[in-house]
Amino acid sequence: MSLDKIQSIPYGKEVIKIKNISLAFGGVKALTNVSFDVKKGEVFAIIGPNGAGKSSMLNVINGFYKPTSGQINFAGEDRKEMMPEFAAKSGIARTFQNIALFKGMSTLDNLMTGRLLKQKQNFLMQALYFGPVQKEEAYHRDKVERVIDFLDLQAIRRTPVGSLPYGLQKRVELGRALAMEPEILLLDEPMAGMNVEEKQDMSRFVLTANDEFKTTIVLIEHDMSVVMDISNRIVVLDYGKKIGEGKPSEILKNKAVIDAYLGVAD
Amino acid sequence: MSVELLNFIETVLNGLMSGVMYSLVALGFVLIFKASGVFNFAQGVFALFAALTLVGFQTGQIPFSHLINELFGTNLHNWYPSLHSFLAILLTIVTMIILAWLVERLVLRHLVNQEPIILFMATIGLAFVLEGVGDLMWGSDVKVLDVGIPSGGSIWLEEATIGWASEGSEYYGMYIDVLNVWATIIAVILVTALALFSQYTKTGRALRAVADDHQAALSVGISLRSIWILVWGISGFIAMVAGIMWGTESGVQFSLSLIALKALPVLILGGFTSIPGAIIGGLLIGVGEKLAEIYIGGLLDIGAIENWFAYVLALVFLLFRPQGLFGDKIIERV
Repeated sequence: MSLDKIQSIPYGKEVIKIKNISLAFGGVKALTNVSFDVKKGEVFAIIGPNGAGKSSMLNVINGFYKPTSGQINFAGEDRKEMMPEFAAKSGIARTFQNIALFKGMSTLDNLMTGRLLKQKQNFLMQALYFGPVQKEEAYHRDKVERVIDFLDLQAIRRTPVGSLPYGLQKRVELGRALAMEPEILLLDEPMAGMNVEEKQDMSRFVLTANDEFKTTIVLIEHDMSVVMDISNRIVVLDYGKKIGEGKPSEILKNKAVIDAYLGVAD
Repeated sequence: MSVELLNFIETVLNGLMSGVMYSLVALGFVLIFKASGVFNFAQGVFALFAALTLVGFQTGQIPFSHLINELFGTNLHNWYPSLHSFLAILLTIVTMIILAWLVERLVLRHLVNQEPIILFMATIGLAFVLEGVGDLMWGSDVKVLDVGIPSGGSIWLEEATIGWASEGSEYYGMYIDVLNVWATIIAVILVTALALFSQYTKTGRALRAVADDHQAALSVGISLRSIWILVWGISGFIAMVAGIMWGTESGVQFSLSLIALKALPVLILGGFTSIPGAIIGGLLIGVGEKLAEIYIGGLLDIGAIENWFAYVLALVFLLFRPQGLFGDKIIERV
């Protein structure tokens, strides 16, 4: 199992190595020869202007997109592509830019879906719903309640998430990802459309997940002050190409990055 | 009570009970539509195929025996003279699950992410293939299906209600087919069990998750394929129950697959994505068409309104409330 392999990698060593990944949709090149490493236990940010290929990169990592060329070294093994189911089983959880929640289900049920892979009961036992099944449900329910406490979701436990305000939906989505007890958490613009307070809350949640649960975090974010504050390392994409990589302080001084964001004076 | 009122009650009761069957078939459509986004045109043929298979197992018919006899000049007919209904039903369930697996393997898997219309066409193809295979496997003659469910008018009810009419009027008691009562009981148990399963178990949760959002379901590690097999299996099972009921009532014949199309107006009424909608829509259509037959038919002096009433009702709904009573609102951003 690659979950065991990831767990055995020491902190600070590479857990994902992106090697010369290119991705094209017909004639449109979303990514061109992008390479970078994500180290275990760090907060890693992918930034860049709109249409730079950030979300495409995340989709390649969790298997929604199959790269046209290049390789992904995941937990020490080279792969041509990832598969969503495999990624989830290997401890990769994610959130989406346009929130992908189960809108008709309650917050609690949404978080419980994050426990699906950890639940072992078979179909027949569930149909009969006797002792061990109930015990296992209770155990996972308990785990989910801890996430609910952590993210302050108690008040909306039974509310169908479709009716929640945007900021809370984002938080429930993070909750579902955390309920998976992931090794690696991919966050696609977790703070988009939030006000300052909500952003602060979200930053706190992300940092706590990283600190206390030792979760590796790969995030895409547009708010530069947040990115500079919380990330250990940053990669910058522009038009599908990597134009910079390094610590926040280095990125701030990188001329190519400044040009990409502000435009080049003629 | 006046005779008119008693007749009205009888009509409504009979309508409700035939409506339960429509609900059941519509439920099969809704489950598949929600989970895999396909309108399964073959649902009616599923019911037919299940009923054919059940009779085949019960009477020990050798599959494809006509074909084999024709090709090799043999004279094969039966493995064994008869099999207990319970065992035959179990074997039919297994067959329907295998069928669901084959559908996923041979059809759905290759059409992932295709337009809904392409998937719909594929199920039309599936319907014809399955009808042909059913014919080839079990023969095309009308078969008697008897799994031990009692049928015929309830004498008890007739005698009990005969005295309800007011003094001096001519009334002979209510007529209700016992088979319909059984069908109702079985359908209620089935729907309750399904609702509990999807609400309180891990697989049920996965099922609802897939119905809600494919991408999100993938991201938490749900295997779409196994959920599809499960859903098509459950729909196959529901189709079998409907097949048994209709087969018992009027014999297992190929027109059975057409009755299932009555589920279409039910779905338009209830909304394609709503399980409660399918149930209530079925009951409304059942009652509506019986009432229309008796009262509108009596008023205009025409018959067989029952056959088209549901479709007219559906048309009215399409004009004024295209999403149905409970369906998701159709909102398009411009």
